[in-house]
Amino acid sequence: MLRRIMTTAIAAGVAAGLLLSVIHEFTTTPIILHAEEYENAAPDHHAALPDPILRELMENALHKAAFFPKNLNDPSRSLSRNQSDTLYDDRSGQFHLVGGTHEGGHGEEEAWGPADGWERTLFTTLANVLTGVGFAAILVACFVFSNTELSGRRGVIWGLAGFAAFTLAPALGLPPEVPGSMAAELEGRQLWWIGAVVATAAGLWLMVFNDKRLLHVAGLLLLLIPHLIGAPQPAELGGNAPPELAGHFAAASIVVSALFWVILGWTSGTLWQRLATTEA
Amino acid sequence: MTTMIKTQTAQTTQSRTSAVFAASFAMFFGVFMVYGVGFAQPAEIHNAAHDTRHSYAFPCH
Repeated sequence: MLRRIMTTAIAAGVAAGLLLSVIHEFTTTPIILHAEEYENAAPDHHAALPDPILRELMENALHKAAFFPKNLNDPSRSLSRNQSDTLYDDRSGQFHLVGGTHEGGHGEEEAWGPADGWERTLFTTLANVLTGVGFAAILVACFVFSNTELSGRRGVIWGLAGFAAFTLAPALGLPPEVPGSMAAELEGRQLWWIGAVVATAAGLWLMVFNDKRLLHVAGLLLLLIPHLIGAPQPAELGGNAPPELAGHFAAASIVVSALFWVILGWTSGTLWQRLATTEA
Repeated sequence: MTTMIKTQTAQTTQSRTSAVFAASFAMFFGVFMVYGVGFAQPAEIHNAAHDTRHSYAFPCH
C-alpha cells in the first residue's frame, strides 16, 4: 500500500511540478522579476516617506517640536513599521532607516541564494517539484482516508478541493504577494495560513463525507472561522511594487494554482486507479 | 461459511488498518515536504525556494 501511495505521489508530483515550472516561467516569474526591479530600486522599501520633499518637511517639523523624544534608543518609542523602524537623529538632523531589509530576504549579503538566470530557474524548478510531490502525498493520503473509488475524473474534483483549501481560502485573507509589497509580521501570517488551510480542508471533509446535518453545519462553520478571525494585515499600506503589478500577480498566481491542482488531481487519480490492478 | 466471512472481515479490517497507517505516513511526508519548501526559516532555503513561495502564495518575507 505504501509503495502504491508513494509511487502515485512521486510520479504525479514530479509531473505536475515540472509542468508548473514551465507555466511559471511565462506567468508569475516575469512579474516577480519585474516587481524586484522596484524592490531593489529603493533599498528602504518599507520606508513610509519616499518623497524627499515630504521627508525634509517632516524632518524640519519634527526638529522644531519640543516634545520630540530624546531617548531614541528606547524600542518602545520608536515608530514601528514592518521590520523597519524610522529613527530621527538629533545630532545630524536626519532620518535613519533601521533594518530596512526584511529577515531572510534577498537583501542580505551573507545568505546564499541562487544567481539570477539558469541557476535560479533550476532551484525554482526543484522547489516546484518538491512542493508537487508534497501536495500529491497529502492528496493521495486523503484518497485512502476517504476509502472511495478513484479515477482521473474524480481526481480532478479532489484537486479542486485541494485548490480551495490551499489557495482560495488563504488568498481571501492573504492575497498572493509580489516582492516589495507591505505585509504584517511573517510568523503571524504563516500561522493564519496554516490555520486557514487546515480549517478549510476539515470543513470540506465534514461537508462531503458525512450524512449528518449537524456535521454539515459544523463543516460550514469551520470554513468561515479563519475569515471571522481575520488574517494579520500590515499596519500601513504602500509598498514599492506598483498596484497594477500586485493585482496582476495575485490573479496569475491563483489561476496557475488552479491549473496545478487540476493537473495534480487528474494525474494522481489516474495513477492511483491504474496501480490498483497491479497491486492486488 | 460463517468462519469464512469472519476471516474475510478480519482480513479487510487488517488491510484497512495498514492502508490508514501507510496513508498517515504519506500525509506526514507530504506536510514535511510542503513545510520545507514553503515555510522553513533558514535564509538559504528561503532564497532557493523564493519564487516558488511567491508563486504558490505561501506567506513570504
